[in-house]
Amino acid sequence: MRTVLFLLQKEFRQIFRNKSILAIIMVMPVVQLIIMPLAADYEVKNINLAVVDHDHSSYSRQLISKITASGYFRLADYSATFKEAMKFIESDHADVVLEIPHGFEKKLIREDEQQLFIAVNAINGTKANLGGAYLGQIIRAYNQDIRLELVQPGRINPIPVIEITSSNWFNPLMNYKFFMVPGILAILVTMVGGFLTSLNIVREKEIGTIEQINVTPIRKHHFILGKLIPFWILGNVVFTVGLLVSWLVYGIVPVGNPGVLYSFIAVYLLAIMGFGLLVSTFCETQQQAMFIMFFFMMVFILMGGLFTPIESMPDWARAIAAFNPVSYLINVMRLVILKGSGFREILPHLGIIAGFAVVLNSWAILNYKKTT
Amino acid sequence: MTQFTTFIKKEFYHVLRDRKTLLILFGMPVVQILIFGFALTNEVKNSKIVIADEAKDEVSTAIIRKIEASRYFEIEKAVANRQQIETVFKEGKVKVALLFPANFSKDLLHQNKAQVQILADATDPNHATALTNYLSSILQDYQSELNENQAIPYRIVPETRMLYNPQLKGAHNFVPGVMALVLMLVCVMMTAISIVKEKETGTMEVLLVSPFKPVLVILSKAIPYLILSLVNVGSILLLSVFVLDLPINGSLPLLLAESTLFIITCLTLGIFISIKTASQQTAMLISLMGMLLPTMLFSGFMFPIENMPIPLQVISNIIPAKWYYLIVKDIMIKGLGFEAIWKETLILVGITLFLFAISLKSFKIRLA
Amino acid sequence: MENHKNGRGEEVSIRADKLTKQYGDFIAANAISFEVYKGEIFGFLGANGAGKTTAMRMLCGLSTPSSGSATIAGFDVYKETEEIKKNIGYMSQKFSLYEDLTILENIRFYGGIYGLSRGELREKSAALIARLGLQGEANKLVASLPLGWKQKLAFSVAVLHQPRIVFLDEPTGGVDPVTRRQFWDLIYQAADQGVTIFVTTHYMDEAEYCNRISIMVDGSIAALDTPHRLKQQFGVASMDEVFYQLAREAKRADG
Repeated sequence: MRTVLFLLQKEFRQIFRNKSILAIIMVMPVVQLIIMPLAADYEVKNINLAVVDHDHSSYSRQLISKITASGYFRLADYSATFKEAMKFIESDHADVVLEIPHGFEKKLIREDEQQLFIAVNAINGTKANLGGAYLGQIIRAYNQDIRLELVQPGRINPIPVIEITSSNWFNPLMNYKFFMVPGILAILVTMVGGFLTSLNIVREKEIGTIEQINVTPIRKHHFILGKLIPFWILGNVVFTVGLLVSWLVYGIVPVGNPGVLYSFIAVYLLAIMGFGLLVSTFCETQQQAMFIMFFFMMVFILMGGLFTPIESMPDWARAIAAFNPVSYLINVMRLVILKGSGFREILPHLGIIAGFAVVLNSWAILNYKKTT
Repeated sequence: MTQFTTFIKKEFYHVLRDRKTLLILFGMPVVQILIFGFALTNEVKNSKIVIADEAKDEVSTAIIRKIEASRYFEIEKAVANRQQIETVFKEGKVKVALLFPANFSKDLLHQNKAQVQILADATDPNHATALTNYLSSILQDYQSELNENQAIPYRIVPETRMLYNPQLKGAHNFVPGVMALVLMLVCVMMTAISIVKEKETGTMEVLLVSPFKPVLVILSKAIPYLILSLVNVGSILLLSVFVLDLPINGSLPLLLAESTLFIITCLTLGIFISIKTASQQTAMLISLMGMLLPTMLFSGFMFPIENMPIPLQVISNIIPAKWYYLIVKDIMIKGLGFEAIWKETLILVGITLFLFAISLKSFKIRLA
Repeated sequence: MENHKNGRGEEVSIRADKLTKQYGDFIAANAISFEVYKGEIFGFLGANGAGKTTAMRMLCGLSTPSSGSATIAGFDVYKETEEIKKNIGYMSQKFSLYEDLTILENIRFYGGIYGLSRGELREKSAALIARLGLQGEANKLVASLPLGWKQKLAFSVAVLHQPRIVFLDEPTGGVDPVTRRQFWDLIYQAADQGVTIFVTTHYMDEAEYCNRISIMVDGSIAALDTPHRLKQQFGVASMDEVFYQLAREAKRADG
C-alpha cells in the first residue's frame, strides 16, 4: 500500500504542475455549463411565420393576431403570393407559411367549412412537428371561438365533449435548461474520468517512463490504483464544481439526496476510468488514444439520451444504449436532481454500473502487460 | 513537381500507416450517419404509459383499449392514484400517465362533459409535449367517433404540408451537419497535429533546410487530408442517398465544389493552429475545445441558433461550419442553385483568405 | 580494476543459456549463452539492430524469451520476473525520469516504489544529491537539467535501491566526452560496492573500460572475452578494429 502512496504523490504533483489540465478541470465545467445549456435550447419558440392573406377579412386578421399572440410564432412577413412566401422559406427567413384563401370568411359562414393551407419547413423534424402541432391547436381554439360566436342556440344538439387537462410534472414551466444541465454535468464527469485517464497513461508510454516503472517490482494493481485514484478525486471535484455552477447560474438544486448522487458518481467514475484505462492499454500514441476516446465519447454521448429519449430509438440502438455507461449516468442525474428519486429507485442502475466497473477494470488490468 | 509528389507520398505513408487512426477517420462518418439517421429521434412510439382508472366504466375501458391498440403507447401497468404515478415516474421508465376520474362515463353521457387528466414527466419538455399531443389526439379521435353522426358547423380545416421532409425524418437536418463536423475533425485536427508532430520530433527542421520551398512543405502536408476528406464526403453522400434515402436535390458538382472550398478553409485553419502551437497536446486541445466544440454548438445542426442569446448568435457568424451547413442544406435538400448561396460562399472564401493571410504572415515570422 | 574473475566458482549474477527471442520469422536474439559474475562490468556490444536491446529486455523481465533459459540473481526469467525486478536496476535508452517532477521528487518517487523506508529515502537522496553536486538544483524540474546531468541522475536513481545487478542500455548516447568520463566513474563506484553492471554501448573506448565484453552480430554472440584478449585473438591494436572485423560480416541491415 505504501507504494500506492508514492504513486499518488507523484501523480498529484504532475497534475498540479500541468497548467492545461488544471485549466480543463476548473474552466471546462464552468464554461460548458454556462454556454451549453444556453445553446442547447430545443424549446420550440420563435417560429417564423410568413402569412399569405388573400382574404383580408376581419376573420383572417383575427386569426393572424391569435397566432402571433400565442408566443410561439413570430410574424416574419406578409406576402402577396404563396410563391413569394416560399422564397422566405428557402432563405430560412420563415419556417411556416400560412395561406388564407380568398373568401375565407364568406365561405366559412355560408358553407360551414373552409380550408386553410399550411406549409412547414420540415428539414428540422422536431421543430416542424411541434410547430405544426402548436399552429393546429391555435386554429382549433380559434375555430371554437368562432363557433360559439356564430352558432344560434338550438340549431344543434349538445354533443359530449371530453375535456383534456394536462399537467407537466417536475418541470412545470417546461424549462429546457432543467433538462440539459444535469445531462451536461454527466458529460463533464465522463470526459474528465475517461479522457484524462487514458491520455495520462499513454503519455507515460510515449515518453518512455512506463518502461522504467515496468522494471520495478511494482504490482500491476498498485500501478493502476495509483493512476485511478487521482482522477477519481478530480472527477468528484469537477462534479462538485458543476453542481455549484448549476445552482448559482440556473438555480438548480437537486430535489433528491446529494448523497445518492455522490455514491452513484463514485461507482460511475470507476467504470468510466476503467474504460479509459482499457483504451490506453490498446494505444501507443496520445494521438491514437485521443481519437479512439473521441470516437467512443461521441457515440456514448449521442446515444446516451442527452438530446433525444432512448425509448424512441430502434431496438438495435437501445441494445447498444444498454451497454453505454453514459446513458445510465444521464438518467440517474435527471432522476435524482429533477425528480428526487431515492436510493431504492436508482439501485438497478447502480448495480449495472458496478458491473461495468468490475468488468472494465479487470479487463484493463489483464491487458496491461509489464512484459511483451 | 516530382519533389512535391515525393513529399505528398511521404505524407500518405504517415497517414496510411496508423491503422487505428485511419479506421476511426473512416468509421466516424459511417457511425455518425447511422446514429443520427436511425437512433436520434424524438418520435413517439412504444412509450410506456401508466393509467389510473378511477372510473372503470365502459368509456374509460374503451379509451384504454384504443391506447393499447396504438403503436405510440405501451401500457406499463395500472395504478390506483396520483401518488403511485409519482413513484413510477421516479423510477424513470414511464414518462406519461392518464387519469380517469370516477363517474367518467356518467359525466360524459349525461352531462355531455367529462374530464381526463394527462400527467407528463416534463424533465424532457419536448418529449412531454409530444407525448401529450399524441395522447390528446387519441382522445379526440374517440370523441369524434362518439359524435360521428353529428355535423359540426363552421369548421376550419387546416391542410398542412411538410416541405422537403414529409416524413419528418431527422436525416435532413443532420446529414449536412455531420459533413461539416467530420470535415472539421479530419482537416483541422489531423493537419494541425501532424504538422506539430514534425515540429516536436524535429523532422520539420530537416524539411525546412531542404531546397524545397517552406510553403510547399506545408502545402504537401495538407493535400493528403484534402483527399481523405473528399473520400469522406463521398462516403457520407453515398450513405445518405442509399441508406437514408435522402436524395441530393441540387447539383452534385456544385455541392462538391463547395465542399472542397470548406475543406480548404479547414485545412488553412489547421495549418494556422500548427504554426501557433508547439506541442501535440496543445494542438489537440485547441482543435478540440476551440474548433470542434464551437462547430457542434454553433453550426446550427444540433443546437438551434435562433434560440440562443444574441451574443452567442453573433459568435456563430465566425464559425465557418455554420456557413457550410447552410450551403449544404440549400443545395442538397432544398435543391437550390448558386444564386441562393453566393453570399455564404463569399463569406467562406473571405474567412479562408483571412486565415491564409495570417498563417502566411506568422509562418514567415517564424522563419525569420 | 581490470583483473576480471574467470569463473572459478565466483558468484554468478546472470546466467543465460541459449536464450532466444523470435518475432515471426525474425530471430532477434539467437541462442545466446553467457555468464556474468558478481561485481563485474560486462559490456554488450553490437551494431544497431544486432539484438542487444532485445537481449537486455529479456534479462530485465520486460520481454518473455521464446526459448532458452536464464537466471538473474538466481531467479528464473520466466517464472520469477517480479523477484528479478526487486534485485535489478534499469536505465533505458530513452531518458525515463519524469521531466515535470523535480530532482528530489524523482529520487523519492523511485526510491519509494522500491520500498525504501522514509529514513533511508531521506538519507540516500541527500547523499545522492551531494555526490552529484546537485545541492543547488535539487528542487528544480528535471526538464531544466542538461542532458549529461540527466543521465547521471538517471543512473544514480537506477542504483538507489542497491540492486545486485544494474542494466544500462546505451547510457551515454549523445553525451560529451567529459561527462562520459564522469558517468563511468559512477559505474566504477557501483561495481566496487559489488553491483554487477551489464551495459550496452557503441562507444569502443567505453568497451575498453569493461571487464569483459561480448560482441553481438546478427542476433548471436560472435565473441566474448576480456578486451585485452580479444585484441590478441584478432591480432589488432584497438577494440575498434575487433569490432570492425566482426561487424562487416553482418548480414542484417543497420537499424
